Amino acid sequence: MRDFIVLENKARELRIDTLKMILEAGSGHIGGSFSIAEILTALYYDKMNLGTGVDDEERDRLILSKGHANPILYSILIDKGFVDEKEKHTLRRLHSPFQGHPDSRKCPALDCSTGSLGQGLSVGVGMALGLKKENRKGHVYVIVGDGELQEGICWEALMFAASKKLDNLTVIIDRNGLQLSARTEETNALENLEAKMKSFNLSVYTIDGHSFPEIFDALDKNAEGKPKCIIAHTIKGKGVSFMEDSVKWHGAMPTKEEADKAFVELGGENV
Amino acid sequence: MSDKAATRFGFYQGLVALAEEKKDVYALDADLAKTTGSEAFRKAFPDRYIDVGIAEQNMIGIAAGLSRIGLVPYCSSMAVFAVGRAYEIIRNAVAYSGLNVKIIGSHGGITAAGDGGTHQAVEDIAAMRSIPGMVVLQPCDSNQAQKMAKLMYDHKGPVYIRTCREPVENITRVEDEIEIGKAQVIKEGKDLAIIATGMMTILAHRALEELKEKGIDASLINIHTIKPLDKDGIIREVKKCGKKVLVLEEANSIGGLVEAVAAALVEEDGVKFSYIAIDDKFGQSGKTDELLAFYGITKENIVAKAIEVANRK
Repeated sequence: MRDFIVLENKARELRIDTLKMILEAGSGHIGGSFSIAEILTALYYDKMNLGTGVDDEERDRLILSKGHANPILYSILIDKGFVDEKEKHTLRRLHSPFQGHPDSRKCPALDCSTGSLGQGLSVGVGMALGLKKENRKGHVYVIVGDGELQEGICWEALMFAASKKLDNLTVIIDRNGLQLSARTEETNALENLEAKMKSFNLSVYTIDGHSFPEIFDALDKNAEGKPKCIIAHTIKGKGVSFMEDSVKWHGAMPTKEEADKAFVELGGENV
Repeated sequence: MSDKAATRFGFYQGLVALAEEKKDVYALDADLAKTTGSEAFRKAFPDRYIDVGIAEQNMIGIAAGLSRIGLVPYCSSMAVFAVGRAYEIIRNAVAYSGLNVKIIGSHGGITAAGDGGTHQAVEDIAAMRSIPGMVVLQPCDSNQAQKMAKLMYDHKGPVYIRTCREPVENITRVEDEIEIGKAQVIKEGKDLAIIATGMMTILAHRALEELKEKGIDASLINIHTIKPLDKDGIIREVKKCGKKVLVLEEANSIGGLVEAVAAALVEEDGVKFSYIAIDDKFGQSGKTDELLAFYGITKENIVAKAIEVANRK
């Protein structure tokens, strides 16, 4: 039985850790980290088979294609014991495993280096295709930002994934509606996103990306021989009222007062 | 001297033989199997052949994914597209993580002839050389191309190999030992070191006889590995030839072998240096011979430049 209270608490803790890491680093992407807190929690603390770690060939794999949201993934890697706890103080520092965007050479616990938008999806399709061709176990999860879908390579990759019927691939779109400069719909409109994905011949599930029951319901669905696409409606900056759904909090740094207020809202302390 | 053969086909002969033994080898293409030569792999190992359609960026991304689960993908397209269209994917999804992905750019240089400048890669060498950790290869003939399929496999990390459209005579044998990062002395001489890569090595080889008749005993150094460049080997051979050097490549002189060799020799005093390359120009349509003549890529031009450098005081 899944205990949603425990998972909700975990997501809250991860947001607190993430905020601490970004504050210490002096820069980082809070908004896009917070929007995927529940999705990553559901995957890493329940759904994914993490096996014995990166050397386990049968494990599931996760690619954070929206690589700028990595601080929250780093918090998980530490919490899971894949990376030493002391590294939480090294985000964005020289020689750190926690580079500003995911670097699998410096941090082997990552399944992919990302940061250049759109590429993680293509790499995930390659992984899923290879696993299938070699008759190997392991499901591939790729988390993409909605703004990221403006990159052409995403559509090359999606077309190919459907063409090869990669049912060992789940693409989760963090549909928070914002990109760096403005709203996605004001910039280069993505809607009707669900219709687009369905027309690409993916099994599409549209959910509230902060609701554990809805996340698991979509993750557990049988994709019927197709790649799965979960459109997760989320709120950028979720969990801190003044950061929510605001373009400012893509990459802004909070003042001391703002940070204190954020910790209060998240129910934690900056210690 | 054996019959003429193109490096683009020789390479896949080698890769098919390798894949017989190595079950982790995959080949990818972007709808150009017959053009690049990967058709041979498709026929031999259809289950390990992936045609991604006309999508070079996704081809490289998929290759990165295959590599991340331990497979060894070889991706081909025409050099213009394999390198240019997919450049930033090669940089960030492959090379940045040091992934074991092999990229084959066929139709390097201007000998894509009739297709015109859009299809003639003059900048691929410079682009691939500038990516940290990328190995850059160019075989001089079909036999060497065949051999390189395995050399690339044995090197763990990203490799770019440039193959060419035009069939040329084999001047090397498949059994000749070569090593990534080591210059290959095809002929020893004393008056001038001709340092060439790809098809230019063949043209230079054709010129040796005439140079000899004109009293110039040139050495011919084949650079099958443009990066990492064998700096020590080049300096050694150049010193044997009175520090007189002629560099030959069928690519933009900017960022290519010409600049690489010049940089390797920059600390040597008294070097006499000349080159033949494509000086910052795009290609165009034409018959192969007409194009080569227009861009100065001929035996006659090699002979003329060689005499000029060899006689320089």
